[in-house]
Amino acid sequence: MIISIASGKGGTGKTTVATNLCASLDTDLMLLDCDVEEPNAHLFLNPNFTGKEKVNAPVPKVDLSLCTYCKKCMNICRFGAIAVAGKTVVTFPELCHSCGGCTVVCPEKAITEIDRFIGTVETGSLNLPGSPSFGRGLMDIGQVMAPPVIRQVRKLEKEKELTIIDAPPGTSCPVIASMKGTDFVLLVTEPTPFGLHDLTLAVEAVKLLGIPCGIVINRAGIGNDGVKIYARNENIPILLEIPFDKDIASAYSKGELLVQALPEYKEIFKGLYTSIEAIVNRKGDA
Amino acid sequence: MKELVILSGKGGTGKTSLTAAFASLAGNMMLCDADVDAADLHLIMDPDIQETHDFAGGYEAEIIPDACTGCGQCMELCRFDAVKPVEGAGIFYIDGLACEGCGVCADLCPESAIKFEKKVCGQWFASSTRFGEMIHARLGIAEDNSGRLVALVRDEARKRVLANHIDILLTDGPPGIGCPVIASIGHANAVLIVTEPTVSGIHDMERVAQLAAHFKMPAMVCINKYDLNPDQARAIEVIAEKRNMEFVGKLPFDPAFTTAMVQGKSIMETHGDSPAATQIKEIWNRIMAHPAMKMDRLC
Repeated sequence: MIISIASGKGGTGKTTVATNLCASLDTDLMLLDCDVEEPNAHLFLNPNFTGKEKVNAPVPKVDLSLCTYCKKCMNICRFGAIAVAGKTVVTFPELCHSCGGCTVVCPEKAITEIDRFIGTVETGSLNLPGSPSFGRGLMDIGQVMAPPVIRQVRKLEKEKELTIIDAPPGTSCPVIASMKGTDFVLLVTEPTPFGLHDLTLAVEAVKLLGIPCGIVINRAGIGNDGVKIYARNENIPILLEIPFDKDIASAYSKGELLVQALPEYKEIFKGLYTSIEAIVNRKGDA
Repeated sequence: MKELVILSGKGGTGKTSLTAAFASLAGNMMLCDADVDAADLHLIMDPDIQETHDFAGGYEAEIIPDACTGCGQCMELCRFDAVKPVEGAGIFYIDGLACEGCGVCADLCPESAIKFEKKVCGQWFASSTRFGEMIHARLGIAEDNSGRLVALVRDEARKRVLANHIDILLTDGPPGIGCPVIASIGHANAVLIVTEPTVSGIHDMERVAQLAAHFKMPAMVCINKYDLNPDQARAIEVIAEKRNMEFVGKLPFDPAFTTAMVQGKSIMETHGDSPAATQIKEIWNRIMAHPAMKMDRLC
């Protein structure tokens, strides 16, 4: 089973839920941090990193001795990543989406692909009961292509029975790359107008993907009832509420897990997992 | 004109609440919401939409079933696993959510059976608000091209700032350090990084600070909810100094931010005399005194 944890709005507690769920289940699962722009899960889990792999994107390299300047490469490229003007060919690797179109279309076979470094994927183990595994992607500073890094991280999900994915905020391509093909999406929100607004966008994205979902309300007690009313109207279960509490906020600020600061939460997160499992199994039976 | 872009790296540190507060201090200003895939500034600004425009950012391929012979070349060529077989039919279809919009399948289909058309994947708006004009946008759910839409709303905002002799553009940026963030900072005077005194806040501030340095963009730092962890707050000040970013101030944790948000107002409107509001005024004055904010940017 693969559970992705998403939110729409940033800073609602995705990483808190992902890391504490991971630390509560006492089994050999895989936690993947797919927020490759700003990964934070490692700060709370202190993994023992043992593997590191580069993520490269293939980009074109033109052999000018073979080029006839026919411009077929420029014409097929929708991203403006290759330009032919007179007897010069210029490539813009940072704009390239690695579709391979220019390489295929070149009649002279003058274009080959070379690797361009865009990020890294790191793997390791966690010092927790059940010895879960950990993986994360880290997009290099100044790069724009998060989805290839996310897809590389998600190759690790085949290794274990249970994978938990910590997704990035938003509703665009990096979020879809993190949620697509997962069995359940846990949406973490806060009970404020911003939290509700971005939750509704995230729910639409989840519906588009056709994945069952449930809600975690973090910082319950602040704001208003908008999220609860919305959840009831949309018939989306609220699986957990974490109250707004200075002790929780203070533990978080220091990089402590909630289940370490307040051990009674371990059973609560186990219960959260049981609820998710029941929903996913029910869907499987239907 | 001058432009300040408000960033954070980590989401939820208070970018939008602070942008809204600055709007009432900045005088002759315009707002730009550059967080196009989870835009929230309109919830406080209550914009009166004057213009609505479609955003056609990218293309999407579509296989015409009657024309497809099932040769499978498109599936072999597609690097994004977007071409899938229609079960039992011997032909193929395109998974729109996986399609990158590269058009390779359409250009090379031997039967010309693949349509490849520009599609509307969002809208952008020019609005008036009680503080001034605002340019904002809405990217369609699960759409690509957020960077392009960010670039478009900023271009539109900057054009209007010049044409209408506006003094300053306040741009509420997206979280992260990727494509939309990079599109939100080019040609600005400076960025303000809003962080919080947590391990995540510090980690993400450092990544966005590196991004600003990479693009040679002057950066300032302020801390929201500093009293949540004063030790971490001090660590942030040290990092800011080491990275040559001016530290412009810190705000206490104040539930008034949420109270104001629930009312659709900024904290300056609902709690103008609160300690947080007083600090925001000081932060604003320090931002405007920064050398990078003294220069006029023409482009």
